[in-house]
Amino acid sequence: MRELELEWIIGKYNYWVFVLLVVIGFYAMTSKKNLIKKIIGMNIMQTAIFLFYISAGYIKELSAPILVEHATGYVNPLPQVLILTAIVVSVSTTAVALTIIIKIYQEYRTLDEDKIMEANQ
Amino acid sequence: MNTNLPVLIVIIPLMSSFIMPVVGLIRRRYCHILSFIATSAVFILAIMLIKNVTLHGTLSYHLGNWEPPWGIEYVIDNLGAYMAAIIAFIGLSISVYSKKSIEKELNKNLVFYYTLHMLLLTGLLGIVVTGDIFNLYVFLEISSLSAYALIALGEKRQALTASFKYLILGTIAASFILIGIGFLYAVTGTLNMADMSLHLEELYGSRVVHAAAVLIVVGLSIKIALFPLHSWLPNAYTHAPSTVSALIAALMSKVGAYMMIRLLYDVFTINFFIETMPVGEILSWTAAIAIIAGSISAIAQKNIKRMLAYSSISQIGYIVLGIGLANTAGLTGSLLHILNHALMKGCLFLAVGAIIYKTGIKNIGDFNGLGKKMPYTMAFFAIASLSMVGVPPLCGFFSKWYLALGSIEAGRWIFALVILSSSLLNAGYFFRVLEKAYFGEQNKIDKTIAPASMLIPMLVLAAACIVFGILVYMILPYVQYTAISLIQ
Amino acid sequence: MDVISIKPLLAVFISAAASVLILLSDKKRNLRETWTMIAATLKFIIIASMIPAVLEGNNIYYKLFNILPGIPFAFRVDAFGLLFGVLASFLWILTSVYSIGYVRGLAEHAQTRYFASFAIALSSTIGVAFAANLLTLFVFYEILTLITYPLVIHKQSAKAKSAGRKYLVYTLSGGVVLLFAIIATYSLTGSLGFTPGGFLYGYGSVLGLQILFAAYIVGFGVKAAFMPLHSWLPSAMVAPTPVSALLHAVAVVKAGVFGVVRTIFFVFGPTLVSKLGVGIPLAYFVAYTILVASMFALTQDNLKKMLAYSTISQLSYIILGAAYVNPAGLFGGVMHIAHHAFMKITLFFCAGAIYVATKKKNISELDGIGKSMPYTMAAFSIAAFGMAGFPPVCGYLSKWYLLLGSVEANQLPLVAVLLSSALLNVAYFFPIIYRAYFKQAKTKTKKNEAPALMLIPLTLTAAISIILGLWPDAPGFFYGLVELMAKNIFGGI
Repeated sequence: MRELELEWIIGKYNYWVFVLLVVIGFYAMTSKKNLIKKIIGMNIMQTAIFLFYISAGYIKELSAPILVEHATGYVNPLPQVLILTAIVVSVSTTAVALTIIIKIYQEYRTLDEDKIMEANQ
Repeated sequence: MNTNLPVLIVIIPLMSSFIMPVVGLIRRRYCHILSFIATSAVFILAIMLIKNVTLHGTLSYHLGNWEPPWGIEYVIDNLGAYMAAIIAFIGLSISVYSKKSIEKELNKNLVFYYTLHMLLLTGLLGIVVTGDIFNLYVFLEISSLSAYALIALGEKRQALTASFKYLILGTIAASFILIGIGFLYAVTGTLNMADMSLHLEELYGSRVVHAAAVLIVVGLSIKIALFPLHSWLPNAYTHAPSTVSALIAALMSKVGAYMMIRLLYDVFTINFFIETMPVGEILSWTAAIAIIAGSISAIAQKNIKRMLAYSSISQIGYIVLGIGLANTAGLTGSLLHILNHALMKGCLFLAVGAIIYKTGIKNIGDFNGLGKKMPYTMAFFAIASLSMVGVPPLCGFFSKWYLALGSIEAGRWIFALVILSSSLLNAGYFFRVLEKAYFGEQNKIDKTIAPASMLIPMLVLAAACIVFGILVYMILPYVQYTAISLIQ
Repeated sequence: MDVISIKPLLAVFISAAASVLILLSDKKRNLRETWTMIAATLKFIIIASMIPAVLEGNNIYYKLFNILPGIPFAFRVDAFGLLFGVLASFLWILTSVYSIGYVRGLAEHAQTRYFASFAIALSSTIGVAFAANLLTLFVFYEILTLITYPLVIHKQSAKAKSAGRKYLVYTLSGGVVLLFAIIATYSLTGSLGFTPGGFLYGYGSVLGLQILFAAYIVGFGVKAAFMPLHSWLPSAMVAPTPVSALLHAVAVVKAGVFGVVRTIFFVFGPTLVSKLGVGIPLAYFVAYTILVASMFALTQDNLKKMLAYSTISQLSYIILGAAYVNPAGLFGGVMHIAHHAFMKITLFFCAGAIYVATKKKNISELDGIGKSMPYTMAAFSIAAFGMAGFPPVCGYLSKWYLLLGSVEANQLPLVAVLLSSALLNVAYFFPIIYRAYFKQAKTKTKKNEAPALMLIPLTLTAAISIILGLWPDAPGFFYGLVELMAKNIFGGI
């Protein structure tokens, strides 16, 4: 019985990694004072989601969705397509965020959230 | 032409936002003309959509001729056409208004402004036409990203921090939604919303679906700034350029509410979010608290834009309350309020923009005698604020009527009391402004009149507040029909 | 039977149209006042022209469009509505004449705003009177609330502003409760049209309906100013006197009373009110106001405030009559709407005349004023006698019917309340008359009357108060209309 549970846990290791990464990312986005670190957290969180999509669509023994001879079957190509789009979104978000951070640094000469809040008072 | 309508309404603003920088290189003032032409075209298309939908029922367009549920499908039903018309109407009004306002406030960034304005409209229109849930996410991010950038254009440096905060929270929300969509996709294997809804029927007991519902609802609640997840909103609305405040206040949260309606009613369906999970219950209680909390915070504000921002938080509560009630009257109230609040808040923010443009006044304390100083602008402001208070026969009254009726029909007397008593709180903060403007001590009055390109959009929106109030019967069958078809 | 005619619509909107003309002729004050007078006269003529048809037993109906499914935006002129309409529009003519004398006599500021708001206020009052259903009534009721606000804070002093805020808080809260009641009614029955004898019978639970009744009474009660919802009215006395006279003694407060009567007889209906057992508790509730407001009036030195408390007390007479839900009570109550209007407007006109002529606001300053302002004080005395219930001034008549109604309802304690209130009326009015005629002024005064534009209206209203008392059925319509209304509701007396 215990073994079964362990197997169940290990068998879903991709989900555990996903959850761990999302939590790390979320933590960084909400709790870090440095704006760059927030963006790093944001990227970790988004990457975790990509991993989730890709790993959920992956099936052992099946080949990539490219037409080749002797293939017994293909994995679902759709999640990968979706994630390509999501990566674009993520990159644009990061770009906008970094642009704003540069402007913030020019205006405030700091990237520390507390100091910026103080300057805003 | 008719078959291509659903995609044209997205393509036109998208293309014009691509062309905008090029046009800006040739001559900057052409940007305004292009944005006016594009938004007018979108508006005409939206009207045609409504006509088509009422005549022929739901329109569907298969992108790249891929059959749904494999390909992306654009679906325009009554709700979609209604939302598209609202977005197009407000987008057009603000595009007209932008000319003078942007020349003064953002002259340096004029081209960027128009590019982003069109991109924002693309995102918003895309959300309401798409029938694909992943596409929905992409459009949501397109509109959000343009909104972050637009807010960051604000004059003061606080705009940057406000925008950054919005970006962080908005991205968290978007990630939640994306995870939720992933869960749904994992269990149903489809992304087409109509198809997904069919597959979900057997899965109401599944934990994955429950988790997805929670993630999506929380994500959307952040996007529409439902109290207590509203912390990004006041600063963003306050420090954004005037036209951007109007655009975001009038449209962004409405489209978020649309997504909530679409996902809860069409994908999860009432059976799930009312009977299986108490989502509706939780949403309406949260909304009731939002209504009261938003209004009370608004009363405490000194800055007029911040006051309007908190008022938005309370008004979003109205819309969500109706969504949570899940009966015809309540949903009719929500749908009406989506329209009415867009008109009223749009008009209010534009009026405030005109006041700032002409006089630079931002604090309510300095409003003394403004009724004589800027008679037309203040008259429009007054009409919209009376409508917000819910004075009959202005449009705000009717959405409150239906929301209260829905609450009573759902047996929730307390919500009806919350809705009605919050109009007293609204009166509290709006009459404070009106009293100052019209009956405050006037030192020296030199009448100044805002330029016509600013007055006309305000006039149109204020007139719409009156027309959609008195003649609410003209749009009511459409809205009620939409509500009924969503509930069934 | 319904007769379709556009007259009600014209009657309602003519003064709103006039307000536009008034605003447009901002600087030309004679032209501006001409608009007011033309609108007032036309309005009265249109309304009066509906009297014969209504006396024949017809209702005059006009529907504009549907506001909500099943609820048209419509007017139906029945006997009760017409009574209120005739009253308000007739007194508007007199008040307009008086207003011109008043604002010019005091060289008031913002006169255009004043006259324009006044005209819209009258539109909404007539709208309340002629509304065919609760929602139409509510629309005009709320507009009336808002348009009176600029009139209350006309002076724009700190005191006026705080009175204005108080006024808004009270009346808007009342509006909210009322709206709640209306929505609940709509949700119960799906209709809101006034029906003689009520339309709620057979819906809902007893407790639910009792709560609903209470909500209506509280909703309308704010404007009807019964205690403890009254305190906006004395504060609103900072408004110019013509406003206090027409709006705070006739139009606004009576719109509240009108609503209460409509609720009792046209929404709930006598049968249902008796079945729910809410009439008599309401009667005792307002009886408290009758007595206590009179006592408050005794302690006031400011003349207008005293009149305000007297109004509060008298308004409750009307509700008392309606709360008995018997024909005599209804008769007395509705008659009192008209009678009190004429008497109280005379009193306010006199207070304004005294203020314009001498700048005196307080009762203690009125020594010997009977000599310097003989006409004004004569009119004042007539109206005061009427308020106390002395024949032949009209007040005695309605009080007589109210007493009959109390006896019929077997409520002897309330008979005592009515009689002691009459004594209290004597107690607060007679000292003024005594001061005016029998005390010597400290400084010697010459004859110093108010302008003729003010004197003529107040003499007229005083005269009409006597005429109504002497020949209650001779001038025709009031008595006939009340009779018709009672017949429609109770099926003959």
